Amino acid sequence: MSFTGMGGFRAEELVGQELAGGPLPTAGVRARRRGRPRVWRVTIFVLAAIFFVGPLLAAFKFSLLQDNGHYGFANYGQILSNSAVRSSLTTSLEIAVITAAIVVILMLPTIVWVRLRQPKLTPVMELVTLLPIVIPPVVMAAGLEVLQEDAPQWMIKLVFNHPLTALTPFYAVLAMPFSYRAIDTGIRAIDLRTLVDASRNLGASWSSTLLRVILPNVQTAVLGAMFLTVALCLGEVVIASLLLYNTFPVEMVALRLQSHVGVSVALSMITLLFTFLLLFLLSFLAQRRHGAASVRVL
Amino acid sequence: MAGFGGWGGIVPFAAYVALFLGLPLYVVVHGALTTDSNHFTFSNFSTTFSYPSYRQAFENSLILSLWTSLLGAVFGIWLAAAVVTAKPGGMLHRIVQSSSGVLAYFAGVPLAFAFIAALGEVGVATLLLRHIGINLYTDGFTLSSMLGVGLCYVYFQIPLMVILITPALEGLRPEWQEAAQGLGASKLGYLRHVAVPVLLPSVVGSTLILFGNAFSAYATALALVGSTLDIVPAQIDSAINGNVEVGADRLGLALGVEMILVILVVMVGYWLVQRRARRWLQ
Repeated sequence: MSFTGMGGFRAEELVGQELAGGPLPTAGVRARRRGRPRVWRVTIFVLAAIFFVGPLLAAFKFSLLQDNGHYGFANYGQILSNSAVRSSLTTSLEIAVITAAIVVILMLPTIVWVRLRQPKLTPVMELVTLLPIVIPPVVMAAGLEVLQEDAPQWMIKLVFNHPLTALTPFYAVLAMPFSYRAIDTGIRAIDLRTLVDASRNLGASWSSTLLRVILPNVQTAVLGAMFLTVALCLGEVVIASLLLYNTFPVEMVALRLQSHVGVSVALSMITLLFTFLLLFLLSFLAQRRHGAASVRVL
Repeated sequence: MAGFGGWGGIVPFAAYVALFLGLPLYVVVHGALTTDSNHFTFSNFSTTFSYPSYRQAFENSLILSLWTSLLGAVFGIWLAAAVVTAKPGGMLHRIVQSSSGVLAYFAGVPLAFAFIAALGEVGVATLLLRHIGINLYTDGFTLSSMLGVGLCYVYFQIPLMVILITPALEGLRPEWQEAAQGLGASKLGYLRHVAVPVLLPSVVGSTLILFGNAFSAYATALALVGSTLDIVPAQIDSAINGNVEVGADRLGLALGVEMILVILVVMVGYWLVQRRARRWLQ
């Protein structure tokens, strides 16, 4: 499979030689190709390495530059020693964990129910869970700002006064494109009806069927949905920043504006590494039998 | 799970979506379509079209989305093709897929900072280039310009293209190439008559998604420049937050509705080409 001028060029060369009436070079060309890496592949890997790894290396170097002008790992230590950073990280981690829990509690029973009782709702579910992609985060934030302005006092106290209550419900919505697809793929891979019938016939209630029969069978898919949700919560900045909540990514931006560039870059590196590890782990989970969790949404 | 029969099972999910997605959406649309005294009007929309600054922001956003999606598509397909033809199931696949996921969906702020470290005024690449005589910043480049922000966008557009196009590339069966060559097609002939026609709908569809993705993105620009960059999300941000003038927040909401409409058009286009793509690639 070639998709570049390179592949096409070689094919033309080959055709040319055939037309010239020389000996068929096919076998020789194949052998030569196998022996040496193809130019078009090497080219893109080199370009990708420069473009993608370059800025990351630069960021790593920057993250080692401390406020006192020396190089060292002090900026990384700020994640523990700087109380503003620590409290914003705690907030973000709390949001992430609670959002992941809401996502599972909301999505798993709904998806099971749709599969069992109303499979004709499946296209509707697919469409609805894609909606957060259609609505840009900045527009969502604008809507929330208007709600916040017009909200009665009790609602401000109950919901908008703390990032945990204000952001978590909406992050669960933003995570729907990922979480729905991850869990739905897991549910599709098991023989749901047989499992449920067997469990019900043996006298299990719906809740214990869900918790003790279905959940263990789709645990990798559920874990995948939770990983993706956590990654989203640790990365989301637009809504939190526009609504003036001090989450971890918002604190990173603030640190840069206070010209603690080294610290903000160090925190970026930690975030990137952590999110990468989440998704890397996910790729191993996806390999196991019942959970083809994937980052692909569309 | 008591109301499991009939339609009861959908109620919690439907209520949740209505409250936390439907309500903010309703507030935006309602605010965009009314005056301060709560009368129905289209004037917010017509005002956004007549303001030169908003028109400029739309133009900037569309141009930015267009070139970053095209560049992302070309290099994304290229990279995905190189990865797909490598050893399947290997470490390379895993690492490329995982890092693509991180960069495409979850890394707005960190990747902006990586670019500041590389191409900012005292960035590593900027200094390296100065050593060999290329002075980016005296040549008119800044990271907070449209070009600089766009370069950052390409950093998440390429990975998104890799994620979107990889299944289509994997769906190209080796038997098709063998069959084509068995029937006497050259490699070029196979590409022109089999691979390209099969892949084209997926490529067009994925590029549309990249366009919509860049159009609605704001995190990277926010971390890089703040709300002063002249693109639509930044205009919404300052209209809502800035208190520049009376009624500005309704204009912000109207801009928001216009953004949603642009993305809806993109998604319908995606859906149309995707129907064609599904014919071959299951």
